[in-house]
Amino acid sequence: MAYKKRVDGRKFDETRPIIAKAGVIPKADGSGYFKIGKTEAYAAVYGPRELHPRNKQDPKTGVLRCTYNMMPFAGQGDRVRPGPSRRSKEISMVTELALLPVVNLEDWPNAVVDVFIELPQTDAGSRCAGISAASIALADAGIRMQDMVAACAVGIVDGSVVVDLNYEEEAWEEGNVADIPLAVIPSTGEISLLQMDGKVTKEQLMQAITQAKPVFERIADIQRAAIKERYDAVTREVKQNE
Amino acid sequence: MSNDLKEHISAALKKGVRLDGRKLDEFRPITIETGTVATAEGSAHLRCGETEIIAGIKLAVGTPYPDRPDSGTLMVNAELRPISNPEFEIGPPSIESIEVSRVIDRTIRESGTIDEKKLCITPGEQVWMVNVDVVPLNTDGNLIDLGCLASVAALKNTKLPRLEDGVVNYKELTQEGLPLSEEPIAVTVVKIGENFLVDPTQGEFDVADARLTVGSLADGTLCALQKGGDASLTPEDIDRMVDIALATAKKLRKLLE
Repeated sequence: MAYKKRVDGRKFDETRPIIAKAGVIPKADGSGYFKIGKTEAYAAVYGPRELHPRNKQDPKTGVLRCTYNMMPFAGQGDRVRPGPSRRSKEISMVTELALLPVVNLEDWPNAVVDVFIELPQTDAGSRCAGISAASIALADAGIRMQDMVAACAVGIVDGSVVVDLNYEEEAWEEGNVADIPLAVIPSTGEISLLQMDGKVTKEQLMQAITQAKPVFERIADIQRAAIKERYDAVTREVKQNE
Repeated sequence: MSNDLKEHISAALKKGVRLDGRKLDEFRPITIETGTVATAEGSAHLRCGETEIIAGIKLAVGTPYPDRPDSGTLMVNAELRPISNPEFEIGPPSIESIEVSRVIDRTIRESGTIDEKKLCITPGEQVWMVNVDVVPLNTDGNLIDLGCLASVAALKNTKLPRLEDGVVNYKELTQEGLPLSEEPIAVTVVKIGENFLVDPTQGEFDVADARLTVGSLADGTLCALQKGGDASLTPEDIDRMVDIALATAKKLRKLLE
């Protein structure tokens, strides 16, 4: 019995509807918003600013520091207790590693760029939504970057390659499910986040990575459009005031 | 820097203006959207000036406190996360966030709006526990008043999830809301020099000499108070501040209709 029709009627290579925005948090130096289906992420960048404690400073380069957090009411079931958990700490770490290859902080020795990611609601794919929002926020903050980072989960549900699994698909019980969160640097095709839980063959893994390629290009286009929209709005405002 | 800001704000107030052009008793425009968070049983997304707050309600079934075996429980928690302000830090709750949590909690609890007896499922065994979480996305002052307003809007938006053999099925919400009878409103009045202001921005809040938060009901009954700030208040100050708070609460209550 293979997975022939997706639970919410999407095509196999189709993500849930995406809304992306830049400049959503005025207090921050840069910010981004990324909503995919019912998974919603806000990201704010503060910095470059002086890094405390000082023993964490690097005289050669600025440091990227990411913090992922689900709001207490963001989980599918019970309330999520506030404060760091093993899960949130690990996701914070892999988020940092996913973004690091594209950011250039060499001009900012001893400084830190803080990225805070908050999720008001989640329906699977939250670390990927967080990375996609964070990438918009970094660009909005004017941090020098080689490219966007586009993130999305791909997976194998009962033998079929699917893109952007929702919670129901992640919890599919009628066959094997492999959930593979990926972050891709679209211009090079390189992968900066790769995790997996479930069971797959190596062939299925490579097939999932290959087939999902266009999805990351689409996500990066949506991210760039969000940045562009933000600066078009600023430009319009400036012109009006002239 | 704070001293410069204080001089600036005070000088403007002497001429009867606030830095953003508002009257002393004028709130910034507020919008409240409810039901914005699919994973919460009730939610509200509030915007006021540049302050933006999400309040979410999670319900759980738990055992009651031994001294009140037939009553459900309420807990209000404010998370002042570093996403919303460069001055907030990661780590254990700051004293600011604890004060915001506790004053909102007190305003809602003491208003008696939630009939905790009606939250009892099986006396001594199972009761509904109501968790209110207030999370600012961006902060520019007045977190107590706005957090309280968002919380009450979220409580009014709440639907109980289905209970199956004593286990909560979060996937299915019933049509039943929470047993609410009041709409408690918190209003903070800050004193800067001889001026009394409502809805302080972060700057006004930071330079205020003293402040008084007044929680009240529709009929003007007071249900919670909190005095803050370094300076003391005279009984005449308090008289005026409570009047201002009650008049302001009347306007804010209309936003919950």
